[in-house]
Amino acid sequence: MHLRHTPFFANHQAAAGRIIDFGGWALPVQYTGIIEEHRRVRSTVGVFDVSHMGEVWIRGPGAHAAVQHLVTNDVDIAPGRAQYTAMCQPDGGIVDDLIVYRLGPQEFLICVNASNREKDFQWMVANNPTPDTATVVDESDDWAQVAIQGPDGPATVQALTGTDVSALPSFGTCRATIAGVEGCIVARTGYTGEDGFEVFLPAEGAAQFWPAVMDAGAAHDIQPIGLGARDTLRLEMKYCLYGNDIDETTTPLEAGLGWVTKLAKPDFIGRDTLLAQKEAGVTRRLVCLEVEKRIARPHCTILSEGQPVGEVTSGTKSPSLEKNIAMGYVPRRLARPGTQVQVDIRGRTAEAVVVKPPFYTRPS
Amino acid sequence: MSYPADLRYTESHEWVRIEGDVATVGISWFAQDSMGDVVHVELAEVGAALSKGSPACEIESVKAVSDVYAPASGEVIEINMRLEDTPEAVNEDPYGGGWLFKIRLSDGAEGMLDATAYQAHCEA
Repeated sequence: MHLRHTPFFANHQAAAGRIIDFGGWALPVQYTGIIEEHRRVRSTVGVFDVSHMGEVWIRGPGAHAAVQHLVTNDVDIAPGRAQYTAMCQPDGGIVDDLIVYRLGPQEFLICVNASNREKDFQWMVANNPTPDTATVVDESDDWAQVAIQGPDGPATVQALTGTDVSALPSFGTCRATIAGVEGCIVARTGYTGEDGFEVFLPAEGAAQFWPAVMDAGAAHDIQPIGLGARDTLRLEMKYCLYGNDIDETTTPLEAGLGWVTKLAKPDFIGRDTLLAQKEAGVTRRLVCLEVEKRIARPHCTILSEGQPVGEVTSGTKSPSLEKNIAMGYVPRRLARPGTQVQVDIRGRTAEAVVVKPPFYTRPS
Repeated sequence: MSYPADLRYTESHEWVRIEGDVATVGISWFAQDSMGDVVHVELAEVGAALSKGSPACEIESVKAVSDVYAPASGEVIEINMRLEDTPEAVNEDPYGGGWLFKIRLSDGAEGMLDATAYQAHCEA
């Protein structure tokens, strides 16, 4: 199969990134090593190519109403703000998890998972309640995306622009010229639990952008970071990975995403089912587990008193905590922190305990 | 890349050093490089009788778990306890301090690759 390249592919090759097939994209799983890259982001700053993510725009007088109907969170946010949200089916199953960026009163950028790009776009078009006044456009091919994450992320990006991006609050967003590339969209968002930015840039600006970021971050020992550390960083924060921890068979309430599910909002797809689920109480919850001795991997069975009760959805050894951490679904009665369960790891049982999220807390 | 000439190899990327009827086993540079950072080794058990090709121990990297197979039949007589605390030795010194277990051969050690053949296998 022919793998798709992001505009930064040559940079990954030059940096000796180990390229893998990530859902049809040729992307680096690591450069120098997952643990070193993970610690770089936690200690100073790292740069991620996330250009495989999709960019769908909804624009027009009806855009606000359209987005409100499509997603679970209340997007009644001011221009210049972004928001994490889910997009659900009528049965409450998650179509995707997204970040919505409101760039103007009638202009929303929706960042979607790479693996769901086509599905999400079709879904938004098909379920657009106001097609006469809101247009849905997939501009994924026009945009590159870079995440600059870590305690020194803000200083790194600030050195590349005359716009006061350091003043952006968490989940704030604005347009800016960065590294000489006009028309960038910068946001104080990320998938690591660290401070920093995600920058959308016109794809044709990519060639000058990457080396400029590396230069600006050199004083902070910036490194490019692969998909491996992206996964360990997000897992330490209990950030969900679509396809692992959430999918069309799980609801936001089960996944602990009740905080982005605004049931008081009068209308959105999935509301009736989710309201009923909320009233009845969820039967299972996505929990954090610390596992003794061995690493639980996706699809390992979770046991209680010898009986299968659920499945692990993500698991690794946390480079920050040096503990084996996992996420998985358990019945609600077992979801309380401190609850002891077991995990069947390839035929042998390991003890595990439910812990409160996140696994990792940034030192203040 | 490194393929010491004094070792034998398997197509599943174990290396074997044979001294008398004792075989010391580890994983190759190629194997540890493919796995990435090793964070845990589930060691073999001393006294276990292994048959050629059966799983002997497990290596966990951040990303995945991999089985290590017995390159020949025999009894496990020693395991590398240092890997309990320093699993990264498998990455840092795969042919030395990163060895995994020793077996007393029961049926000899036929059918393994020499360094040249193994290198060709890896680069194929």
